[in-house]
Amino acid sequence: MTQTPEPSPDGPAARADGGDALLQMTGIVKRFPGVLALGGVDLDVRAGEVHCLLGQNGAGKSTLIKVLSASYQPDEGEIRWEGEPVRLTTPVAAMKRGISTIYQELDLVPGLTVTENVFLGHELATAGFSRRAEATQRVRAILARLGHSEVDPNRLVGDLSPAGQQIVSMARALSHDTRLLILDEPSAVLDQEEVDNLFRVVRGLTAEGVAIIYISHRLEEIRQIGDRITVLKDGRTVATGLSVAETPTSELITLMTGREIEYVFPERPATRPSQDAAPVLEASGLSGDRFHDVDLRVHAGEIVGLAGLVGSGRSEILETIYGARRSTTGTVTINGRRLRGGSVRAAVAAGVGLAPEERKSQGLLLDQAVYRNVTISSLGRFSKASFLDSGAERRAAEELTRSLDVRPAGVDRPVRNLSGGNQQKVVLARWLLRDCKVLLLDEPTRGVDVGARSEIYNLVRRLADEGVAVVVVSSEVEEVLGLSDRVLVISEGAVVHEGPATEIDESKVLDLVMEGEVA
Amino acid sequence: MSDNPTNAAVAEEDTARVEKEAARRAEPGGLGQLLRSGAGHNLGLVLALALLAVIGIATGGERFASVDNVMTILRLSAVIGVVSIGMTFVITGGGIDLSVGALVALSSIWCTTVATQTMANDIHWIIIVTTALLVGAGAGLINGLLIAYGGVVPFIATLAMMASARGLAEIISARKTQIVSVPGFTDAFSREILGISVLIWIFAIVAVIGWVLLNRTTFGRRTLAIGGNPEASRLAGINVRRHTVLLYVLVGVCCGIAAVMLISRTTTGSATHGQLYELDAIAAVVIGGTLLSGGRGNIIGTVFGVLIFMTLTNVFVLNNLSISAQAFTKGLIIIAAVLLQKRFSRQPGS
Repeated sequence: MTQTPEPSPDGPAARADGGDALLQMTGIVKRFPGVLALGGVDLDVRAGEVHCLLGQNGAGKSTLIKVLSASYQPDEGEIRWEGEPVRLTTPVAAMKRGISTIYQELDLVPGLTVTENVFLGHELATAGFSRRAEATQRVRAILARLGHSEVDPNRLVGDLSPAGQQIVSMARALSHDTRLLILDEPSAVLDQEEVDNLFRVVRGLTAEGVAIIYISHRLEEIRQIGDRITVLKDGRTVATGLSVAETPTSELITLMTGREIEYVFPERPATRPSQDAAPVLEASGLSGDRFHDVDLRVHAGEIVGLAGLVGSGRSEILETIYGARRSTTGTVTINGRRLRGGSVRAAVAAGVGLAPEERKSQGLLLDQAVYRNVTISSLGRFSKASFLDSGAERRAAEELTRSLDVRPAGVDRPVRNLSGGNQQKVVLARWLLRDCKVLLLDEPTRGVDVGARSEIYNLVRRLADEGVAVVVVSSEVEEVLGLSDRVLVISEGAVVHEGPATEIDESKVLDLVMEGEVA
Repeated sequence: MSDNPTNAAVAEEDTARVEKEAARRAEPGGLGQLLRSGAGHNLGLVLALALLAVIGIATGGERFASVDNVMTILRLSAVIGVVSIGMTFVITGGGIDLSVGALVALSSIWCTTVATQTMANDIHWIIIVTTALLVGAGAGLINGLLIAYGGVVPFIATLAMMASARGLAEIISARKTQIVSVPGFTDAFSREILGISVLIWIFAIVAVIGWVLLNRTTFGRRTLAIGGNPEASRLAGINVRRHTVLLYVLVGVCCGIAAVMLISRTTTGSATHGQLYELDAIAAVVIGGTLLSGGRGNIIGTVFGVLIFMTLTNVFVLNNLSISAQAFTKGLIIIAAVLLQKRFSRQPGS
């Protein structure tokens, strides 16, 4: 890094105080069927500042930037651009004002060159014939302005590294007259050196008067690059215009979580299941795509958590146990009986259920009624000579959804219209209907709002108390530790630690994960 | 949550509001809601058919509104109708079958060859029917295996089958039309029961079986599930591959049935039978309200789709209008139907 890593004491403050707001959003409300995504958001951004947007998963950050880039239309609220009220009706209208967004998943066409991507949608052309040389030259100039003249404008974007692709996205933003650049977790795909490069580019842009909205989970990054902070929680602004330099981290965390203890986990039962008893689920020497030599034993009534980073192989382990992936070595047994590998049907028949990571695309039939989603794995029970008794299906689904408190009630609604937490309950109901012995939960609270989380936690604990063997995978270490009886820490596809959840804390887990990465 | 009562209260209030909202959206009501439902869609098709009938009566009078003419429309609808029922299943299950017309031709050639060459005169008509069904099922099996286990895209696999099956039919028949003169066969299929042609009865029976199969059995439920979300279906423990194969076998069998019906109507087997059936069937299925991307199927809609197209043809013929004008109008109807569906099936917020 060539420039000062910390913002100088008076520099950003002067920027933050001076200048009128470029963008002001007040009282922005956005509803989806079953979800209040934004319940009143205020945000003001000034020219030449880096404005950080903080908030947990599901706090509404993504929805907010989609409103700003006009992918979504807000239901209520006002947007002012340079003091004038504006309505951003289409993404093109937002772009014309000078608002550019670089999404987490970069939206580039891999089969086109850097130049073609930069000018995609506004190609330089005369009477339909592209002016290739001029375009290449302009892209070179933009790349130089970004400090990345080493990127060849004629290369295919698909051949570039994630960092290189991000540069192309920024070049695309700058090929318009961009006044406000939104960066959605730009550092997620970058290593430290690339992050430093990114910060250099960001500082260069703010010096030219471009405003930046910077979204990140990493507080230390925000300390390095940010000027002011707005904190979102549950779709509302809880604090806006905080100075980065003057706000202590503890205050930010309290604002983000809104409470000292983030989640309330159900109490563990007084008597732990004996580790000597025969396990319900046993995987030994299991290897496969992205993981190797994993031993896992789960007893009836026990919740075992797998902690690890995204990409550490956690999900792959679950999916291999479930038969959705093939193992290269090792065995999985349920109550001592060996499971045929690579067969979901064998696993389901043996009493294993999976609540997959991508609930909507892997778990649910979104346009089908609740009851059909509940009974899809147990159709045999409701049919005689393969004729279905849909009355019996509805009754069974009604009973289950009532006991799980799925709201709104009514088993004929399409699942699409339920909130994330209630959708998850529908997935759980499917496996409860089968009286499953082993339940594999991959990110059970992803996309579930904070209030509904504790319901899911209580439900999982209740199932364990009824004798189900549960395996939980989550990116949130806190959730794994709070919910599980026993924890396995996974790093680089291997188990690096195993022990009771009460005897390890979050920082120890993170240490283990990092150590594993270095090794 | 317990240590911050204000936040808890706010969250509670939000949850309540969200639920009310969801309940309101899910409540039935309004024309759009009605048209979105299967029953409402069928009602729209009935109205369209009624409109066509009114035009028919206004322009053709007695010639249109006679029992004979109605029977003609139904008899002509029967063959393509049976194919369309099969097509409804494949499309509902997320696939497509472009080879149906070619399979009808191949089945018709294969079974008439059996009838005219090998066993000469004393062949029982049941053998003809069985051959046609087996040929259809066999070709469907090949389609299904290629798609489910070979990983070939349905469009391509069935496009290849469309070319090969018709080519094979031409080879077997040496491009000659094969006349069937098995007495039992003609007797069995040119009869009338209760004054209604056997062909119409077959169409009706296939449609009823199709409706029950799709709406009342595990097979139908799995078809909807696989068409709606194959990955979720697989992870729910459904044997997606095997089911996909069965869907293509099913449509193949329908083609075999259609071949038999066509032979009895024309007394010939021919490699040119069933030209463009794939497009007619897909058009009938789509205007019938089955989602081309899968996950929603409507057998009654398909039946009406077929009837609408045949009635249209009939009205045009009675008015001495050209086949070209028919084709043009057919195109307009398909577009109008799909645009109406789009308008009323838009999902909010996704």
